[in-house]
Amino acid sequence: MRIFAFIHLLVSIPHGYSNYVETKAGQFFSSGHTNNWAVLVCTSRFWFNYRHVANTLSVYRSVKRLGIPDSHIVLMLADDMACNYRNPKPATVFSHKNMELNVYGDDVEVDYRGYEVTVENFLRVLTGRLPPSTPRSKRLLSDDRSNILIYLTGHGGNGFLKFQDSEEISNMELADAFEQMWQKRRYNELLFIIDTCQGASMYERFYSPNLMALASSQVGEDSLSHQPDLAIGVHLMDKYTFYLLEFLEEVHPASQANMNDLFKVCPQSQCVSTPGHRTDLFQRDPGSVLITDFFGSVRKVEITKDTINLTSPVDRKKYITGFLCCQTNL
Amino acid sequence: MQWQSTDVEVNRSDGTKNSETFTPAPAKDQFQEELVIRPLHSGDIYASFQFRTLWDTDFLQEGQKKVSHYRLFPKSLGQVLSKFSVQELHISFTQGFWRTMQWGQPFIPSPPGAELWVWFHHTVSDVDGNWKELTNVLSGIFCASLNFIDMTNTVQPSASFKPLGLGNATDHRFLRYATLPREIVCTENLTPWKKLLPCGSKAGLAVLMKSEKLFHSSFHSQAVHIRPICQASFFSKSWELRQTLNVVFDHYTSGQGKKEWSLFKMFSRTLTEACPLASSSKVYVDITDNPEGELFELSPATPLLSQAVVLGDRRTYSVYDLTRAETFGQLRSFNLLLRWKGDSGDMLRPLLHAERYVAGFGLQTGEIHTVIYNNHPYRAFPVLLMDSVPWYLQLYIHTLTVTSKSRDNKPSYIHYQPAKDRHRPHLLEMLIQLPPHSMTEVTVQFERALLKWTEYTPDPNHGFYVGSSVISALVPSMVAMSTNFTQDQPLFSSFVPVKEESSYFVRVYTEPLLVNLPTPDFSMPYNVICLTCTVVAVGYGSFYNLLTRTFQVDEPSPPLAKRLANFIRRIRGVPLLA
Repeated sequence: MRIFAFIHLLVSIPHGYSNYVETKAGQFFSSGHTNNWAVLVCTSRFWFNYRHVANTLSVYRSVKRLGIPDSHIVLMLADDMACNYRNPKPATVFSHKNMELNVYGDDVEVDYRGYEVTVENFLRVLTGRLPPSTPRSKRLLSDDRSNILIYLTGHGGNGFLKFQDSEEISNMELADAFEQMWQKRRYNELLFIIDTCQGASMYERFYSPNLMALASSQVGEDSLSHQPDLAIGVHLMDKYTFYLLEFLEEVHPASQANMNDLFKVCPQSQCVSTPGHRTDLFQRDPGSVLITDFFGSVRKVEITKDTINLTSPVDRKKYITGFLCCQTNL
Repeated sequence: MQWQSTDVEVNRSDGTKNSETFTPAPAKDQFQEELVIRPLHSGDIYASFQFRTLWDTDFLQEGQKKVSHYRLFPKSLGQVLSKFSVQELHISFTQGFWRTMQWGQPFIPSPPGAELWVWFHHTVSDVDGNWKELTNVLSGIFCASLNFIDMTNTVQPSASFKPLGLGNATDHRFLRYATLPREIVCTENLTPWKKLLPCGSKAGLAVLMKSEKLFHSSFHSQAVHIRPICQASFFSKSWELRQTLNVVFDHYTSGQGKKEWSLFKMFSRTLTEACPLASSSKVYVDITDNPEGELFELSPATPLLSQAVVLGDRRTYSVYDLTRAETFGQLRSFNLLLRWKGDSGDMLRPLLHAERYVAGFGLQTGEIHTVIYNNHPYRAFPVLLMDSVPWYLQLYIHTLTVTSKSRDNKPSYIHYQPAKDRHRPHLLEMLIQLPPHSMTEVTVQFERALLKWTEYTPDPNHGFYVGSSVISALVPSMVAMSTNFTQDQPLFSSFVPVKEESSYFVRVYTEPLLVNLPTPDFSMPYNVICLTCTVVAVGYGSFYNLLTRTFQVDEPSPPLAKRLANFIRRIRGVPLLA
């Protein structure tokens, strides 16, 4: 059915567009993922770490805008900044000074909040080892065809990331968690972004396949915050995520921007720290990986021009399940 | 699928057809929405939204097919009710504290933080297991950390939380009550709450719910109440889902200091249409204090007036019916405007209110004082005080004293369940008779426990919260309450069932307490390791050096001329220079 529709598509379009069609068809078969997940974690507590919550919410906002639904996003915020009593504008979290962009918005669903954001819960979400009574919105129900985006931000050091000012996760634990995910076939490809001081140390120990990692600073360097806002009284965003948000605002669901553009975000002249990336464990060439493969949830829908007769319920059921699973990748 | 057509004739149970009042059977579920606006004496304004879905079905039936077709009733809640055999469910999320002395009594009271109380059906065998799973499921539905509710903060009140709907359940083994005073309420709790409404936030009164305005207020409380009720006209049991949202806007922060309120100023939106799925959609404005229009001016003017007896008082309301097109006027938008003209004077003192605080000093002991005021000039009435104190504040119940007007006041009923460390909290319920026009003080001493170092929260110096005390009472009413239940009653006056005419039910919540427990310095292990290692290194190192170091005389190397001379002398075989 799929082959037939594909040939039909090729034949019925004039030759002038055939190149365009071929590249599109090539991309259709290139990345093997069928669904997208995102795990966005802010690990810092206290009002002066407002910028970490703003970082995470900016990525959340971009990811939602590009199509990943709330049911496929696990958002973990270690403290509440929006309705904090120190916030002069409640129910808002701003990313630009002069309060231009409210990244909190009106339609936000936080899955893990406050004291629930712990190293144990984070690792349990990744590996899927949650108690049976955990609701669906708190689970990462990915399968072997899922592309997962993992974004961490907070305070970190050489080889560790601090959770809530009381515990840490080490780079070895993270690498082992990803290896568990690989062995349980919980991801197809994984993009790991970290915005902390000495962030590159967190991806040094990865050893599972199909992982791509980006960090905001190298070992020995600090990631810096961007702008303070005098009305709110704290720094609003970190430099790396600020420029990342600027870059992502230009991306729309049909854009062809690829990972090489993402690696160029925030060079040292803007960020002061040197962002790093790691692609040796990734099988595809980063230039052929679209941003929307991880940040968006592009549904691959095939258009077919032939009519289908749905007659008896038995036929209908068989046809629809066959049709839906092969034609539209759900 | 259990979808039945709606044009089925009503079969009266007594077999006769009443030809005078024959009405076709209504749809099985209906939805009503209303907004009540009550201007407060201090210039603030209190807005209370209520959304009610009534559904004539039975979630708890056995032997019949499960309910699977949902129309107005949200499916997520319906599935929760049938899976856990819930008879009644009340959950509220509140930010801020209700100031009874300044604002009067709320329509639906709630304590700060999250509160959940549930009556399970009497057929449930493992209530604790169901409770644990229910809290987890609700934490997913409402994006709240309700999974922190466990046996250390759950109690089974014996008298305070009787069912508000139908139910023979008086066995308090099927009741569970828990509060999380630390729970933060923000847009992420409002978003799923709005999604439970039939029209969502797209039409009807829910378009007014913009989080930037709702959370910039003195008090914000959203709740979901589910209970079975008996519909008088249908002789059948229906399930009622009420979603309520109470908000008090402060006239300094939201009102910019001017005593002038409008829907646009409060919510940054105006109303454009009623929810198409609602059978009734009304806005009520309390004008009891403004009979001649001398206190404030209300526009647009409306001829519709309604009187209701609520909270023991007869109040007059201007009614705006949103299902009628003329309410919206030429501009198709309805914006209410209230402008104050004169000074409002003082508010009538509420008949019952309470305060609570911790007395004492230091980090070892303390004393909890609960003060209850009865402001009625000549009537005494009993109140039921319920206190649920976490196990780490170890109460000394032998020091419990209840005094009214400096005399001992012995409670007529006491139910006390002591705490078990790390297992169960204290539960203290007392029925106290309050003398008229008096202040009653309940004091109990406690000792603070030392927790294990893993049990501290990541910010232990903030303190630990103790949930609000609950005071439930039947307060004498100034006006006869109506015990008839009719369909036409506005929602805000029909929330609590009225059993007798001369009194109305009131529940008052006190402040939650914030108590500091003795907290260790968590940097000490690191400090101790550094210090010990340094001392050991310096002490042992010096000792080792003293024992094993030897001294040798070292001759300095001679200058170049001398070395050359010695070299030549060695060749000649002559003795060397010194």
